[in-house]
Amino acid sequence: MRVSLASRVRGSAVYRSIVRHGTTATNRNRSLVVFENLFLHVHPVKVREKTLRFTHTFWLGGITLACAFILFVGGIPLMFYYHPSVPQAYRDMKELQYVVDNGVFLRNLHRWAAHAMVLVAVLHMLRVFYHRAYRPPRQFNWVIGVLLLLATLLLSYTGYLLPWDQLSLWGVSVGTSMVKEAPFIGERIRFYLLGGNVVSENALLRFYVLHCVVLPVALLLLVSVHVWRVRKDGGVQGPAGAERKNEP
Amino acid sequence: MSVPIKIVESNDPMADPWRVAIVRPDSRPSARATEDRFVMTFPHLIVREVILFQLVLTVLSLAAIFFDAPLLGIANPLETPNPAKAPWYFLGLQELLHYFPPVVAGVLMPTLAVIALVVIPYARINLVAGPLWANASAKKAIALGAAVALVALLFGAFACWPIVVPTLALGIAMFATRGWERATSVRRLLWEVTLPEWIMTWFVIIATLLTVIGTYFRGPGWSWVWPWENAPRG
Repeated sequence: MRVSLASRVRGSAVYRSIVRHGTTATNRNRSLVVFENLFLHVHPVKVREKTLRFTHTFWLGGITLACAFILFVGGIPLMFYYHPSVPQAYRDMKELQYVVDNGVFLRNLHRWAAHAMVLVAVLHMLRVFYHRAYRPPRQFNWVIGVLLLLATLLLSYTGYLLPWDQLSLWGVSVGTSMVKEAPFIGERIRFYLLGGNVVSENALLRFYVLHCVVLPVALLLLVSVHVWRVRKDGGVQGPAGAERKNEP
Repeated sequence: MSVPIKIVESNDPMADPWRVAIVRPDSRPSARATEDRFVMTFPHLIVREVILFQLVLTVLSLAAIFFDAPLLGIANPLETPNPAKAPWYFLGLQELLHYFPPVVAGVLMPTLAVIALVVIPYARINLVAGPLWANASAKKAIALGAAVALVALLFGAFACWPIVVPTLALGIAMFATRGWERATSVRRLLWEVTLPEWIMTWFVIIATLLTVIGTYFRGPGWSWVWPWENAPRG
């Protein structure tokens, strides 16, 4: 009797040591797929069928997360080719353009994914608001969502400086001069942020560290809590939360 | 309908050895009947997530193939472009700078916006709100009218038309829905809009308008330009 290669692999001791559950399509095995897996266990084993409908959430949170994932993974090769120093940072942009294989594609993908993430995160927030999905027990997850939006904006903004072209320098100069206006602490915050009084090489290095280490770690933690709480609060809340009640 | 639970203590342990208390009225607590159908997360949800990710990646890849990210000349602190613009998501704030002192436009207003967002789920008005004009008294109408007029006057004093015009337009729309309780289709839907939803819609329209103006309609010295006559940047 011929046994297919796939089923021989799945039957092997090594495979079974990695994936413990069976491969036959039983609901028990389908459950095990989810809760034996570190990454999938943010999901419950079963979900309400109606939550899978497109109009339930428009998948906006999922699209935001997909953008974040593309940005995380795509950002790594960009870091390989980047030096956070003046004027090498700008030269690295030219290297991406003319020397690195698919360098332009990598940079474009990162750029457009970043813009898309800001836009879709805002749409996600509006969807949650108009569906009233911030109501108990989801109050605190809404607050985490607001923090995530701020983290997303800061990530996008710190990344904006890194190409070190005229657009970056002046875009960041305009924004950080607003920080200065905060009473009492504005000047100090701006100084710490830029490592000086103007947008210079020190600012480039600080923005680079914030963009590649501090903010991504913060985002990852917040996203984990956000997604975990969605499960803990009974799954995604769709238009059901927006049922109208005639209350005085 | 929930009936208030009344706890009655039983003080005859011999007659009623097991009864500590009785709950009246004598009805069993009923679990809310659920008509929700459940499906297995794997494959139903996981497969959709994978497809979603592939769609997002495909769309962004196509964008990355056909549209190049901008790259101007190397940063030069001595050469200030006119106008110097922040990234698009901050251009609404930068547009506000045109009307208000920096501490108001750059610090006060964004801080208030973030605080307003954070407190949404804790504000009672958001948790119990029904249709704005349901059982509304004349007092409520007067208060709302005064609030709209006050906001319009306040921003009008700073000649901030991108806020004044939507405020008045939405204020008029809000009052127009007042008599639409018995109306059909769209009008009825508009009648059902709650006060928090009116406020959020007002905020979204203004934020969008300010961002679009800041992005496409502002030229040298932050003067008004039309998008088709925008000078090349740099």
